[in-house]
Amino acid sequence: MLTTGAFAAVGVGAVVWPFISSMNPARDVLALASTEVDLTPIAVGQAVTVVWRGKPVFVRHRTAEEIQAARATPLSQLKDPATDQSRVQRDQWLVVVGVCTHLGCVPLGQKPTDARGEYQGWFCPCHGSHYDTSGRIRLGPAPLNLAVPEYSFTSDTQIRIG
Amino acid sequence: MAIGLHDSTIKNPVLRWVDQRLPVFTMMQKEYGTFPTPRNFNYFWNFGALAMVTLMIMIATGIFLAMNYTPHTSYAFDSVERIMRDVNYGWLIRYVHMNGASMFFIVVFIHIWRGLYYGSYKAPRELLWILGVVIFLLMMATAFMGYVLPWGQMSFWGATVITNLFSAFPLVGEHIVTWLWGGFSVDNPTLNRFFSLHYLMPFVIAGVVFLHVAALHITGSNNPLGIDPKGPQDTLPFHPYYTAKDSVGLIVYFIVFAFLVFFMPNYLGHPDNYIPANPLVTPAHIVPEWYFLPFYAILRAVPDKLGGVLLMFGSIAVLFILPWLDTSPVRSMRFRPVAKWALFLWLIAFFVLMWAGGKPAEEPYVTISRIATAYYFAYFLVILPLLGRLERPLSLPESIAMPVLRGGGPVMAGAAAKPMEKA
Ligand code: HEM
Ligand code: FES
Repeated sequence: MLTTGAFAAVGVGAVVWPFISSMNPARDVLALASTEVDLTPIAVGQAVTVVWRGKPVFVRHRTAEEIQAARATPLSQLKDPATDQSRVQRDQWLVVVGVCTHLGCVPLGQKPTDARGEYQGWFCPCHGSHYDTSGRIRLGPAPLNLAVPEYSFTSDTQIRIG
Repeated sequence: MAIGLHDSTIKNPVLRWVDQRLPVFTMMQKEYGTFPTPRNFNYFWNFGALAMVTLMIMIATGIFLAMNYTPHTSYAFDSVERIMRDVNYGWLIRYVHMNGASMFFIVVFIHIWRGLYYGSYKAPRELLWILGVVIFLLMMATAFMGYVLPWGQMSFWGATVITNLFSAFPLVGEHIVTWLWGGFSVDNPTLNRFFSLHYLMPFVIAGVVFLHVAALHITGSNNPLGIDPKGPQDTLPFHPYYTAKDSVGLIVYFIVFAFLVFFMPNYLGHPDNYIPANPLVTPAHIVPEWYFLPFYAILRAVPDKLGGVLLMFGSIAVLFILPWLDTSPVRSMRFRPVAKWALFLWLIAFFVLMWAGGKPAEEPYVTISRIATAYYFAYFLVILPLLGRLERPLSLPESIAMPVLRGGGPVMAGAAAKPMEKA
């Protein structure tokens, strides 16, 4: 009885798995891996949004005050503690995935006219999450900081995301 | 009567020939013809039949929409616009389908309310009730995926927010979301599978509806007094009495439905869904369809992500165990002087949540949602279990045919004088 049951369970599992697995990202989707960004046109204080794996990525050329504000914040005030240094490769360039860690809206703050929230980073209008100039969550329902994607500087003025 | 043939009483020779071999007509006669039904139904008992009609309308219009719809991110929006502008009567079929979803929820909300008020979830109808909650969940999933298909801004961002709910679960959350999407964001694979499932689910619903009705025909219907029929004097044959009463309700239903479709087809929708989906820009104000608002308000009432998600799912899950939470043996709220008002207050909380769910997530709406959410759950988890012990119900009438004898109230006072002779 137990053996029969065990065999049946394994058999059902083996048949069901291909179907479940077929719903995971296919190889061509996984292959859309990297995006190149030219940094030259982005002046200090400006930001651009690029698409990587179907998601927006924010590239922000931070001002000295913004960097200063991010660094001056004690870790004890953070919901998801991380130093600003650990989130950037070069101080003036902040690269984060522009997807709110609450339920996935795109936060506002890329355009100078946008509401940037109480911490001058980004503000998610969906359920009111505020991010600071390091993309860290400061206020609202989102549990985590804006994710930092894998990226590298291919030259002084060019990055490759992914 | 030849051996192996069903002993049919159908008169028409052709139908009889079929019936002897496959007794579907005997079955219809038994379940919808002579089926003994409590004689005291009010119009709340129309809504099951109305829900069934709505399901058929949704399947019919959906099949014809699918003939002209293209489930691809580059074409979906335009294919729906083409249905609206170029396909003959496409506008009509789409508006019926779109507003049909709203009608479905209006009807089912009233149907559920009927069950709550008259205690239809209590023994022996627990499983019948549970099957109903399953249908409700499947309906929500179907409507959610249908709303994604036109690939407008609300489609896209609704899909994003709702699928992201699963990311709240620790460890497996992110994997579940990637699996649901078939990618790293809501995209073409997501749209494709949603179309496939949106087409499938209504037929699954039809299957569960069949079980729901089968269970109903074992226990028989509840009625406004909540007491069991004691004999033939308490019941009527379903046909012609309730086929006629259901037809009256159906006409009113069609009037409301037609009014929505022809005079205010977009009233219940959101204008942003006529803007093509843009994965880089979230609309300033995202709101789900009106029928999801109460649950959305519960989600947003909780400052914690996982907590909000659990409470939202919990608000429906609690319905599954309702038959065991309500400890009172009295079914109908007519005889429960305290529980009745607790339930009306619950209804108010439900509408407050529906209203707050459509407002931005800021004060005072958050506090209001919290109070309403607390009451929503308190009704099921605290008030009903306690009231079963504390409350003193009014005395129940002797039978359905004689409700006036003690404390039955004014119901059916005239009709009760003469018991039915007809079986
Ligand atoms: C339980 C029954 C159903 C419900 C509650 C439902 C709900 C919905 C909703 C809310 C929409 C979005 C309407 C809009 O805003 O444009 C939709 C679209 C759609 N549905 Fe359904 N549906 C049901 C059954 C079906 C069936 C059985 C089919 C196919 C056989 C179908 C095919 C479609 C198609 C092709 C669309 C996209 C066109 C459009 O957006 O108008 N539906 N559905
Ligand atoms: S999705 Fe950003 S706050 Fe909810």
